Parts: sequence; structure tokens; C-alpha cells
Amino acid sequence: MSARRGELRVIGQPLQKVDAAARVTGVAVYADDLNLPRMLHCRILRSPHPHARILSVDASAARRIPGVKAVLTGHDLPIRFGILPVSQDERALEAEKVRYVGDPVAAVAAVDEEIAAAALDAIRVEYEVLEPVMSIEEALREPAHEPIHDRAYTRRPFNVHRQLSYDFGDVEAGFARADHVREDVFFYQGNTHLPMEQHSAVATYIDGRLTLWTSTQVVHYVHRALAKVLELPLNRIRVIGAAHGGGFGGKTDPFAHEIIVSKMAMVSGRPVKCTLTREEVFYAHRGRHPVLMWIKTGVTSEGRITAMHYRSALDGGAYGSYGAASAFYTGTLQTTTYDIPAYRFDSVRVFTNKAPCGPKRGHGTPQGRFGVELHLEKIAHDLGMDPVELKQKNFVKPFTRAVNWLRVTSCGLEECTQKVLDAAGYLGRERREGHGMGFAISSYMSGAGTAIYWNDMAHSEVQLKVDRTGVTAYCGAMDIGQGSDSVLAFVVAEELGLTPADVRLVTADTDTTPVDLGSYSSRVTFMAGNAALEAARKMRNLLVEAVAEKRGLGGDLPADLRDTIEVRDGRIGDFSFEEACVLATARFGALSTTGSYRPPRIGGPFKGSGVGPSPAYSYSACVVDVDADARSGLLTVNRVWIAHDVGRAINPLLVVGQVEGSVYMGLGEALMEEQSYRKGRHKWPSMLEYKSPTFLDTPEIETFIIETVDPEGPYGAKEAGQGPLLPVVPAVAAAVYDALGIWVDEIPITPEKILRALEARQKGQQARYGPKAFPAFDFGQPIRVEPPDPHDMRVGPELEEAFRA
Amino acid sequence: MVDLCWFSFVMLNELDRQIQREPLNLRVNGEEHQILVPVHKTLLEVLREDLRLTGTKHGCELGECGTCTVLVDGQPQLSCLLLPIQLDDCEITTVEGMGSTAELHPLQQAFAELGAAQCGYCTPGMLLAARALLERNPLPSRDQIREALAGNLCRCTGYAKIVEAVELAAQRSLR
Repeated sequence: MSARRGELRVIGQPLQKVDAAARVTGVAVYADDLNLPRMLHCRILRSPHPHARILSVDASAARRIPGVKAVLTGHDLPIRFGILPVSQDERALEAEKVRYVGDPVAAVAAVDEEIAAAALDAIRVEYEVLEPVMSIEEALREPAHEPIHDRAYTRRPFNVHRQLSYDFGDVEAGFARADHVREDVFFYQGNTHLPMEQHSAVATYIDGRLTLWTSTQVVHYVHRALAKVLELPLNRIRVIGAAHGGGFGGKTDPFAHEIIVSKMAMVSGRPVKCTLTREEVFYAHRGRHPVLMWIKTGVTSEGRITAMHYRSALDGGAYGSYGAASAFYTGTLQTTTYDIPAYRFDSVRVFTNKAPCGPKRGHGTPQGRFGVELHLEKIAHDLGMDPVELKQKNFVKPFTRAVNWLRVTSCGLEECTQKVLDAAGYLGRERREGHGMGFAISSYMSGAGTAIYWNDMAHSEVQLKVDRTGVTAYCGAMDIGQGSDSVLAFVVAEELGLTPADVRLVTADTDTTPVDLGSYSSRVTFMAGNAALEAARKMRNLLVEAVAEKRGLGGDLPADLRDTIEVRDGRIGDFSFEEACVLATARFGALSTTGSYRPPRIGGPFKGSGVGPSPAYSYSACVVDVDADARSGLLTVNRVWIAHDVGRAINPLLVVGQVEGSVYMGLGEALMEEQSYRKGRHKWPSMLEYKSPTFLDTPEIETFIIETVDPEGPYGAKEAGQGPLLPVVPAVAAAVYDALGIWVDEIPITPEKILRALEARQKGQQARYGPKAFPAFDFGQPIRVEPPDPHDMRVGPELEEAFRA
Repeated sequence: MVDLCWFSFVMLNELDRQIQREPLNLRVNGEEHQILVPVHKTLLEVLREDLRLTGTKHGCELGECGTCTVLVDGQPQLSCLLLPIQLDDCEITTVEGMGSTAELHPLQQAFAELGAAQCGYCTPGMLLAARALLERNPLPSRDQIREALAGNLCRCTGYAKIVEAVELAAQRSLR
């Protein structure tokens, strides 16, 4: 689908976003800015206990408070929901049991927030407190009282939520032919998205129709959850994405407060708003899973990987969320980064009494990336090789199929690596105690190859309407600040010879826009971009056809003749765009075209092959320069160089913005961010104490865009929003080793951990800080998967045909 | 326990009756507003709820994130920590007072052009803190920009484009 570059006028330009003026003037309307007539304010009563049975809820006193208009408890919303069909384990209000501090129990809507808050105080809840489970190790033992979820739901021992085990290729033989085998253990602490905007939702219920404005990344999934829990047909519910104040994955699940305000509006007949407090946002969470990893790899004496065995244990928190997929993501993309001829992958996700974990920027992959990159560094040092050289020897090659069937197409790993090594002067870097550089790479999906709920429909749909007043594009995609609305406008403008400002947009409104699966898994540019491209090209053909007829070229116009009619600068051939619209409307009637995108079947012939395939992977390489002070343990990141293979930059300004934001967020995770608990409670549910990088902590970031022009991306484009976070974290850890000769095998790398590793070295122990061991757990018999021919590029029906044969 | 609940209910009614409401003159973006608000309401709440100036955002309401920054007599202040009764006779500037979509302030223009606003939620506070900086130091260094804006968190941009936008606006205004 790639176009001829010389002809592109909008694509590739550093244009400002179509909504830039609204975003810099305070005019954009975020959910909490809505204030409807007679609107009620909702507050939610949350559990103060990490693990307890609810014995009784008495809300009678709250109901009697003047100004209170509606009170809900668990019995009003009994139907379970959850983002994945296999994990329908949440309730908007719990009736029987609470599973973390912050679990919703009751809710009040009142004429103002103060009355609502006072009414919460008047609700009496009796709990029977149970022993909480607060770590992976505890969750893999018989619980003191009872498992967090019923065994009837989990059908697994202890507090295990999901487990998986795969053998891709002959792993034993791979280890047998290795000259060197190494094992390491790593831990990646959980952290949270910390969007600047607290979640907020406003609902109305008028004429039997529910409307919800909300700060979400996916209006479609909220739509489905509301229909299920409220038992309303989908056609009676409208979900509108309000201007979005930051997501990073944290607003991808349907949330209790969205369901609660909807129910409140239905019960009270008045508009109802709920905006979470900052403390509640820490409990809503769905952030980075804490992950414990054990990795064993065999290499030849030349440094070629012969086999890898990777194990991960995820601390899922109290509910399923995206966790069943997260477990896969901790291991599945190792093979799209390095060529691993035989790969064993085991993973277990446990429930604990903490705020539920889910997808945060990079969804499940930063943890594995951290572990594998450091592990390979250590192997290189064992062999006396330069880590960069060892990694380069094992880079995945473009247009190959990995041992776990993932298909790699365009791949700019080599170019990215060369770019950052040169820019940073990595190989000739200054070698002195306390100063170091670290290098790491990564790959990430341009959208998941399979939908969250199984179906054969398109993942993105775009409709274009053209009439005598101009063009309107309709798409369910949600702009969360990354600029997805702008991408739609850029694509349509490019194809119709217009400027982005000429394209009216209607997005993220379930009543008026066709379905798009939303802003997660870095899918929007690739999928909605391709859908918009198809719709726009169809429209272009109609307009050209009408102009050609007018010029007397009529009939079934041969393609080459049609190409003589230029579409550019607001003109179609000899006619202005508006004249062409009039001609086409007169010729064809109402002008409407559609485009849709469905990724091809890519995954292999085995259960669980749906997690990991993507129509294209982005690639990144990064060098980090640090100063590390051996006396204080203080770590200063001086500079970051990052090169990102985005396929083609639809807009380089927006790509660089995504890369810089990813690097910053990666540094926060590497250095300080931590969602941790003490005695069953979140240690610091506030922005002051949950440390995140400020202007002063964020170094200069030098970004290089690498364009490999992907064969299936729109104009060759791939993702940019998540992949560039991944290499930053291990690069920091590698730089600390380069500076001080110690390994900190645990994220975040705090001064204390650096000092502990230095102390260990002084005592003659391993110069390391990190987890000691991976807990014992029986992963059972692995699913054995026959690897594909690495050159087999078949996808879709062809591939399915091959499976049947 | 029940008694305690009723106690808070009774207290609320008591409070309601006794809530002190003060008539105030608030000068915001050059416009005079006569308002009658409970004395415990913060400037942030009064701006957003009573004056409907929703351009001022909130991130924590505890003075931790800088999102709600406004200018009080030209100085950047956290509106979530201020009470309007402290501000009689002060000149308050919010993002609505900086520029409009019809005519952007040079800082807004630079933020828009360089992509310094992604989700845009921290942007109003960021713009006002930057404006105060440029008024006292028309050509700040990168480090001075970082220092001046260090109290404002942003999760989207990695701060890089914001620093560049403030630099660009400063350079343009000196031309």
C-alpha cells in the first residue's frame, strides 16, 4: 500500500495536530468539564481492607440525608464484567467480598459533592477481615483463609489466575549443543500510568437511552460492558469519548465508576457525574504487573543463541483485567527481537490483594525486555565479548518467521543500532569509574493481530461522507493525545488533495461512528490509518470518475487515463474540489465510502497463538549515558539517544513526541516509579510520594526516525507510541554496570540498591542486587509446537489452508 | 457506629446552616466577578464551578502536580491551595486570559506548532508558569526553563517539546 514518496504532500510533513488550538487554550472539553443542568455528583465508598468478606451493608442513614438522590450497593449491580471474555470477574459494586483496598462497595449521588461525601460516611459496612495475600510467593502457596477468587472460577491451585507453558522447537537439543549456558533471575516492580487527568464520567438517561461521556481509550469496550451489566440493548446506549487527559493503557478497561454513574442516571432520571480523586486513580490502576523472571540461555562460543528457556510470574493484583494476555506478552515477543532457534516459555499470573494490574505502555513486554537484555549482557561478559556484538549476532532478520510463528516483516534493527552507536560514540566512550553507557533494543506490535473478543469483523472501520459542503470522516478511534484524529485527517487530506483542516472529523462516538477497537496496543495509525486510506481512495475514485465524465473521457475509464487527472491542492483535474463534489453527487447520488481493516491470520496452529501476532513490528535501539556515584548511590542520566523504526513517519513531529514521551516514561520506571504496598495498603497513593520524573530529572533525548516502509502499513507506517519505552529500562541498568561494575537486576534502580550491590561486592559476594530465586511451581506439560519454516511468509487464508493440509 | 453516622449527618446539617458565605470581588482575566461562595471553597473550585472557567485543570487537588497553576498578580500559584478570600484586589489570570483560538498567545502558538501539548491536560498550568518565567526573564536558558517549570508534571511529552516551545516563544518575542 505504500505510495510514491515524491507525490506525498501531507504525509511526512511536521504539521501541527488538527486540535492543537483547542488543546492550548483550555477550550477542549474533558469529561470533568461537563456540567449539565440538574447534574448530580457521585462518590464511591471503597473497601478499607485488602481482603474481607462483606457481612452487611446498611445505607439507610445515607438515604435519609437531604440532597442525596440515589444510593447503590452491590445488589443493584450484580452482573460481573471484565475486559476479557475469559476474565469476567469484577463487579461495579462488590456485594460479597472485597479484594483490595479501594474495591468499590457502595455509591451515592447527591446534589453536590460534599453531601455525597458525607453520605458515604453514613453507610455502614460490616466486614469479616481475611488474611491478605501480598506477594507472588504467598500467592503460590495454600492461602491462610481462602483463595481471593473462587476455585470454580480460576480452576487452578492456590491463587493462580492463569498459567501457560510452551515448547517451540527442540529446546533440549538446543541446550545440548550450547558451549555456554547461563541462568539469571530478575524482578521488575509494578508502576502506574499516572495520567494527569483523573478518570471522569458523566451519564444521562433520556427517553430510554443512556448517554455516557467518559475519559476512556476505547468507547467500544465501555459500550459492551454497559450493555452487559445494565442489561440494556447496545442500541440504547451511546458512549462518547470526551477530550482525553492521558491514558497510557490505564483507561483501556471498562471501570466501575462508568457503570455506576450510568445506573445512577437511570435510577434518578438526572445527569450524574463521577470524577475519581487522585487517590482513587491509584486504586483504579491496571498498571504495570510486577514480574519475577528466570531466564536460561545457551549460546555457542561465537555468541549465537541455541536455546532459551524463559519463565515469568506476574503479580496480577485483585482482578483479571487484561492479565491473561499480559502473561503471554512477558515472553512472546522475545522471538521478534532475537533469532531464538528453540524457545521454552512458561508463565503464571497470580491474584493478590492489590489494585488490579493490566496494560501499561508496552503491555507486559518491558519486563521481559529488561530481563532478556540484561541476561544477554551478562552472557557477553562471560564470553569476553562486547554485548552489542553478541546482540547484533542474534538480531532477528527482516521477512522471517520466528520459532513461535510470529511473522517479522520490515525490520530496521541494524539501522537503528548503527544510528545510536554512532551518535552516542558508544564504542569509543570514556571509560572511567562512575561513568557509563548502556545499549538495548526492542520490538513492539503495531496493533494486536486478534481482537479481544473472538470475531471475524474488521478491527477498524471508517466512513467518509462528501457533499457540497465538504468532507467528513467518521471513525470510532479515540484520540488520547497521541494525535489519532490528526492521522485520520492527514490520510484523508493526502488522498483527496486537501489540507487536514478541510477534513471534518467525528470520532469516538458509538452512535455516529463505525467501530474501531480504540487506542491500545499501538493499533490506531496502522489499522484506522489503513481503513481511512481505503475509504479515501474509493472516494477519490468517485470524484475522479465524475470529473472524467464531465471532460468527456466517460465510461469505464482505464486506470492510466484516470491517473492523468491530478488530485492536489484542492483541485480535481480542472475543477475545484467543491465543483467535483457537485459533479459526483449529481452523477452518483449521496457520496459515501467505507474502508475497513482486519489484520491477516498470522499465528501458528496452536492454542494461545492469538497473543503476539501483529501485522508489523516496530524496532528501537537506545543508548543511555549515566553518571553513578559510588558513595551516595545517586544515578544521573545525562543523555539518551534513541532510534526508532516507525516504517514511515506519517508526521515526524508526532512520532518524535511519542518517542520522547516513551523514553521519559521508561526512565521513570527505571529510576523511581513504584506501585508498592505495606501491610496491605498502597504505600503512596499521591503524586508527591509516588515519584515520577520532573523537568529536572529528564535528560536531553536525541531521537532518530528510521523509515523501513512496511509493506502493509498505511504509506508504510508502523507504531511509535509504545516500543520506544522498552529499550530504555535495560539500557539504564547496563549503563550502571558499565559505570560501577555492579548489576542491579531489579527495577527501579534506586540509590539504595546500587549501594547494596556495592556492599555485596565489598564483602566478596556477587556484585549484584536482585531477587535470589524463582519460586517453585509446576507448570505442567508444555504445549509442544512444531516450528515453521523461517522463510514461510504465508498469512491469512493461505496459511489456514496450510494448517488444514 | 450508627450514632457516629448520625453524628456526621447532623454535623453536616449544622455545617450547612453555619457555612460562612462571603461576598467577594474576584478579578479574573480583567473581568470583575461578584460572587457569594462558602469561605472554604478553593480558588480552583470557584474558577471551575462558579465562574465556569474550566480551562484550569486539576490533577491532585493537594498542591503536588502543578496542573491547576494560575497567575496571581503575575506570580504562578496553585489554585487548589488558595482561598478566594485571600485574593480580594488581586489580578488572577487563567489560560482563558492568555489568548483565544482566534488569536493565540505566542507561547500557545509555539506549544501548538511544536507538539508541546499532547493530551493538553497539563498545558494550561504549564503555559501560565512559562508566561510568568518569560515576564521576569525574557530569554531564559534551557536549565532556567526546566527550573521554573519543575513544579508542573506532564506525563505525555517527556518535557522536551515543552522546553523547546518556551525557547521558541522567547526567541520570537525578542525579534
